[in-house]
Amino acid sequence: MGKKILPGHGSGGKLMNEMIDSVIRARFGTDSVQLDDSALLSVGGARIAFTTDTFTITPIFFPGGDIGKLAVNGTVNDLAVMGATPLYLSCALVLEEGLEFEDLERVLDSMKAEADRAGVAIVTGDTKVVPNGKADRIFINTSGIGLVEAGAQRREIVPGDAIIVSGTIGDHGMTIMALRNSLSFSRGLLSDCAPLNRMIRAVTDAFPESVKFMRDPTRGGVASVLNEIVKGRRISAKLIEAALPVREEVRGVCGILGIDPLYAANEGKAVFIVSKSDAEGIITVLKQVPEGRDAAIIGEINHEFPGKAYIETTVGGRRILPLLTEEQLPRIC
Amino acid sequence: MEHELIQKLAARLKGLHLERDVRVMEVCGTHTTEFFRTGVKDLFPPGLELIDGPGCPVCVTPNDFLDRAIEIGKRHNPVIATFGDMVKVPSSYSSLAREKASGMDIRIVYSPMNALDLAAESPNREVVFLSVGFETTAPAEAATLVEAKNRNIGNFSILPGNKLTPPAVEALLAAGETRIDGFILPGHVSAVIGVGAWRFISEKHGRPCVVSGFDAPDLMMGMITLADLVVKGKNETINQYTRVVKEEGNRTAVEMMERVFVPSDTTWRGIGLIPASGLAIRDEYADFDASKKFPVTPPEPREPKGCRCGELLRGLIAPPECALYGKACTPEDPIGPCMVSTEGPCAAYYKYWSK
Repeated sequence: MGKKILPGHGSGGKLMNEMIDSVIRARFGTDSVQLDDSALLSVGGARIAFTTDTFTITPIFFPGGDIGKLAVNGTVNDLAVMGATPLYLSCALVLEEGLEFEDLERVLDSMKAEADRAGVAIVTGDTKVVPNGKADRIFINTSGIGLVEAGAQRREIVPGDAIIVSGTIGDHGMTIMALRNSLSFSRGLLSDCAPLNRMIRAVTDAFPESVKFMRDPTRGGVASVLNEIVKGRRISAKLIEAALPVREEVRGVCGILGIDPLYAANEGKAVFIVSKSDAEGIITVLKQVPEGRDAAIIGEINHEFPGKAYIETTVGGRRILPLLTEEQLPRIC
Repeated sequence: MEHELIQKLAARLKGLHLERDVRVMEVCGTHTTEFFRTGVKDLFPPGLELIDGPGCPVCVTPNDFLDRAIEIGKRHNPVIATFGDMVKVPSSYSSLAREKASGMDIRIVYSPMNALDLAAESPNREVVFLSVGFETTAPAEAATLVEAKNRNIGNFSILPGNKLTPPAVEALLAAGETRIDGFILPGHVSAVIGVGAWRFISEKHGRPCVVSGFDAPDLMMGMITLADLVVKGKNETINQYTRVVKEEGNRTAVEMMERVFVPSDTTWRGIGLIPASGLAIRDEYADFDASKKFPVTPPEPREPKGCRCGELLRGLIAPPECALYGKACTPEDPIGPCMVSTEGPCAAYYKYWSK
């Protein structure tokens, strides 16, 4: 049997990374295809960030959002974490024959509302309809362009730097997992889907020299982002379990299903690596913005286990947070 | 208050001075992972060794179970409903994941009741639930068959692969292949079968046991107590999970199991045939037995070359001692089941211990 695409190839883990390298970049050019959330490009003297993302989710409406809200915020956030000001979005729709107009309009209204909230304009798009059964109601692709201000640059991450997360983790991933499986204990769960550009702007305006890295921990969660940061480098990322902001509801569902919230998806959170001296100040700034009210310093960069991310648990023991192959599946008992 | 207790226990465990080496076994997949996940394993003092036993239901399921499930899928085209853990486990020649990619209708469910709902929703499709698990899942699987019978849902069946844990421990002790000084007993299984079901370990085999829960304080208390019993040579069975586990267990759950299932001889990966260690479906429920409803002849099972899951499940080796571990066998491309299941010892080592 020839090799086939498995769900893991789209999960944000190791399998997907390997496929991107050996199958996709190998063909499109390892120099031209950038691996960050957005590509940074120079166009006629201006520096822009350019990104694209396709959204498929079952169900398309969920507590805290819908596929339209995700499609706008996902792309806005991919631009924002690269230090860009998101400006323009495209919207390409793949609609399944039989989709109710009412549902389509609800999704589009939601996209418009989120675009207004983020201060971006949807300026172009495309529509395709596929026969019944060839798509799951609606797929949305959004591409986005943002402007990178002069002076924005990457700074080296060094031991001692603080790791910050802008709020509670795992909310989106566990909401969807509970909903998909109609778990009776899912009450109170809410997706965190939100645009982060204003929150990020508040931080970078207040502390332009301190932020060394930003990323929105979507698929694969906070642990996968930290792995990306330390991979192949002589630093490690240490998290403090007791400092992790996790909602009680999320903790409950994670416990029952055997899922680690550090690997669950977020759609309205950012991870920051910042200079230690300004970490407290950045927390103060974050807490003044609604999207950052539960922000916390969750760890630090050090030399302990080079190339690895790890966590110090509440008992003081340590364990590695590896790059997972693919999405976690609930356990048997 | 709880924080203080945790720090105290952590200091005690870390500071244990053992007069001799203590080798204890845990027989629960959740314990395997929780010792790592909570960081408690990182606190073990020198001389304290925790070996992994046959406590992961996916790991101890022999290849011919999955071979049969896949053969049923190929020949009879039912919906195959399964716990997520089973999907990536290699069978002799394939895996459910590979079959799914090739078009077999495989659905992940969270409970056997979900699978029954699937059958009720689509009366024209057969639904086969892959029933694996220990005493913790068997009552739910039994209750599902009772419900299926009551509601007369004829397009539902289960492929029985359930196993009972005490006979496996008995088999390990009787074989005597490796030194085991004591046991950390599974809290959830014990909640069903009761502490009484384990007393043979101390009474017949002279090894102390502690029934433990799964929180960090439970795990630390459990290890401190068990190490103390071993060092002092006290052959006792202590229940430290009294908030959940009773001496007699949960009679309702056990009666439900007995109503539908009857103990049968079954094969465990690595250990072989163990008398009365499996659960067969009683004749009254034979209509819901997928192995009878869909007779197939799966291909001759084979074991992956070089895979030492069997020895691992008998407590003979630790994962890094297998030459395939972390090299040819990784979670992305697993060779043996112990690298696949979230409760598998190899997966736990790879995930949490690969410093």
